Amino acid sequence: MTDIFTKPELDRRTLLRRAAAVGLLATPAVGMLSACVGSSDEDTPEQATGTKSADNPLGIDPKAGVEIVIFNGGLGTDYATKVDTPLFNKKWPEAKITYSQAEEISTVVQPRINAGSPPDMINNSGSKLMDFGAIVKAGQAAELTDLFAAPSLDIAGKTVADTLVPGAIEQGSYDGKPFAVNYSYTVFGLWYNAALFKKNNWTPPTTWAEFTALCDKMKAAGVVPFGYAGANASYYMVRAILTSAGKIGSEQVLKDIDNLKEGAWTNDAIKQAAQAWAGIGQKYINKTFLGLRHTEVQLQQNQDKVGFYPCGSWLENEQAKDTPKGFEYAIAAYPSVTAADKLPATAINAAAGEIYFAAAKGKNPQGGKEYLRTMLSKEAALEFTKLTKSLTVVAGASDGQTISPGLTSANDAVTKAGKDIFMGYLFDTWYKKLDDESRAAANDLMFKDYDAAKFCDRMEKASQAVAKDSSVTKFTRS
Amino acid sequence: MRHGKYPFIIGFLVVPVALYAVFVVWAYIQAFYLSVYEWSGLGPVENFVGLGNFRKMWDDTTFWQSIKHNVFLLVFLPIITVVLALIFAFLLNVGGGHKGGVIRGVWGSKVYRIIFFFPQLLALAIVAVIFGRVFGPDKSGMINGLLPESWSPWLFLADERYAMGCILVVLVWQAVGFYVVLFSAGMGNIPTEVYEAAAIDGASRVTLFFKITIPLLWNTVQVAWVYLGIAAFDAFALVNIMTVDRGGPDGATSVLSLMIYRNAFEFSQAGYASALGVVLFFLTLTFAWVTLSATRRESVEA
Repeated sequence: MTDIFTKPELDRRTLLRRAAAVGLLATPAVGMLSACVGSSDEDTPEQATGTKSADNPLGIDPKAGVEIVIFNGGLGTDYATKVDTPLFNKKWPEAKITYSQAEEISTVVQPRINAGSPPDMINNSGSKLMDFGAIVKAGQAAELTDLFAAPSLDIAGKTVADTLVPGAIEQGSYDGKPFAVNYSYTVFGLWYNAALFKKNNWTPPTTWAEFTALCDKMKAAGVVPFGYAGANASYYMVRAILTSAGKIGSEQVLKDIDNLKEGAWTNDAIKQAAQAWAGIGQKYINKTFLGLRHTEVQLQQNQDKVGFYPCGSWLENEQAKDTPKGFEYAIAAYPSVTAADKLPATAINAAAGEIYFAAAKGKNPQGGKEYLRTMLSKEAALEFTKLTKSLTVVAGASDGQTISPGLTSANDAVTKAGKDIFMGYLFDTWYKKLDDESRAAANDLMFKDYDAAKFCDRMEKASQAVAKDSSVTKFTRS
Repeated sequence: MRHGKYPFIIGFLVVPVALYAVFVVWAYIQAFYLSVYEWSGLGPVENFVGLGNFRKMWDDTTFWQSIKHNVFLLVFLPIITVVLALIFAFLLNVGGGHKGGVIRGVWGSKVYRIIFFFPQLLALAIVAVIFGRVFGPDKSGMINGLLPESWSPWLFLADERYAMGCILVVLVWQAVGFYVVLFSAGMGNIPTEVYEAAAIDGASRVTLFFKITIPLLWNTVQVAWVYLGIAAFDAFALVNIMTVDRGGPDGATSVLSLMIYRNAFEFSQAGYASALGVVLFFLTLTFAWVTLSATRRESVEA
């Protein structure tokens, strides 16, 4: 070992210079990303098409293959391989489906998009999802107007658009045009263990006073009343704060945030919501949660150490392995903050999620859309719900089915909310940088300074910085 | 000139130079090119902004925060690692004094030498995950688990005052072993007669260390310093995996490399990320140049 480092022939200053050069290797990662800079519209390959007919409303080439990439995460991939693909092939036996899965979608798909040979249908999900706004702006996603106007695969007399829950298409629209199918339907709220509540004779609160009173009781019983994971899931908390704000001042408050309107974050509704939640952070949260990851806090809830956990309806499936027998997931709508809230206590935030889109510059974009049409059939939607314990945007696809306690509870919450379901906000997917800021701000609010005014001012400043930044592509909603 | 010398040399160089040119030089040229454009990372590069990205950087508080953290690592990582590694290497090689005319290390030094090198064998991602658990903020964390039950747990990474310190500890832990081996190799090259002569003249171990080991090892220390400084400009993997909210809490552990990654791959600001890369390039160059000039001194050849 001795002489490896001290070869007499090797001039030491040369070695140092080389050492410096090695360090420079750390930088060029971005250059690599752009290895395909310059691929533009001219590179679009020849695309497969067929004749449109009543049976083939999207005009696909029945013999052309379709390549799909599915994100392998909380929902698994079985729904694609065991349900959607066989269903597609039942109708189009000659079209070969090329399937692959990925855990890091951007790593796998982004280089292919840049190289001009994207897969035809892409499931853009997970923590490494691609910035979909940028994809739309770059003209890489196929417009889906014809898909939503096409007749549903198995619900007679209705177009695909008619079969979906309200807001489903809006969620995937950019400047009024649809580019994505947000397939799963997620209900957000406070999750708790119904069995634990029954044992202690606790009932889910509807007003803030009831909420804090219950939190006191939980604390007395040795249960941390409320918790979320600050290390990687602070956006659950952002959603809780903004859902409360939405209930106080109606969804318009959230639309203003999405539209980067001046003063959107300093609105009274946001202030009141932040103030109310800061009170919860100050008294009822466990300080160590700031350093924990979502699964760690969720596990503590499974052990009945945490009362309420703010999350979406994927939670039950995500925790399926760790949920002990007798633990019954149930969801409560966020309690009203004031008596003058514009929306009732039963109002909930439910949104379509999980982006699926057809690549505009692939070999077979119509085939990709047809695959999406297959997914949006009632049969595929029901099977998806059975496999993943997630509702879909296909309205009523799983009505009358008993699948799991959490899912039933979520379905009930949707029914109780009736017309008071709001989609929430989109700024987190539109402007990732603002999303990032909101996570840090929520952690500060809940764990550190409990200062609602600071939270609002900080977010207002960040939002206006994005509004003035010409390098960020802007979107609007109404 | 001997016949066939150049074809021989070129034959050896062609592959590495080609790889270097494509994957380093060309990538650099592209980064410089992209840094003057506003580019999302998707689609054609069209919007020329000149120095706009750099102006934006000047106003970006996260950028200055990240620079501060990189400088923190740049100051402390080399000092602590080099000092620890020198002490350990000295103990392993010379610390045992001389018996029967042979200079040797402390008892069991052969075993220690291997143990010191272990951290180097672990992938950085694994180290990050392990230390994430070591610094766990509740009783399930290793250090907190060892503290008495009645103490309220230390938050470590979740406390912005200590978070960067935790990162530093892990970087030092991982690096020390390698530099122990490097310095040991250097010490092995110091003729034992020099030590023996000094020992016969009555020099203590401390004197041996400062008067003989350090001067004769100066060049190796210099190499270590530059390497460690460059490592301090990176720290990406640890920060990305270990910290709260990646670079948090509230930017308390953000570093330049993480900023580059997030801007390029998450915020769709590849142009801005390239500009950050260009800045990092010049910072690294400057650092290497400063270190080499500042530590230049007549080396004592043994």
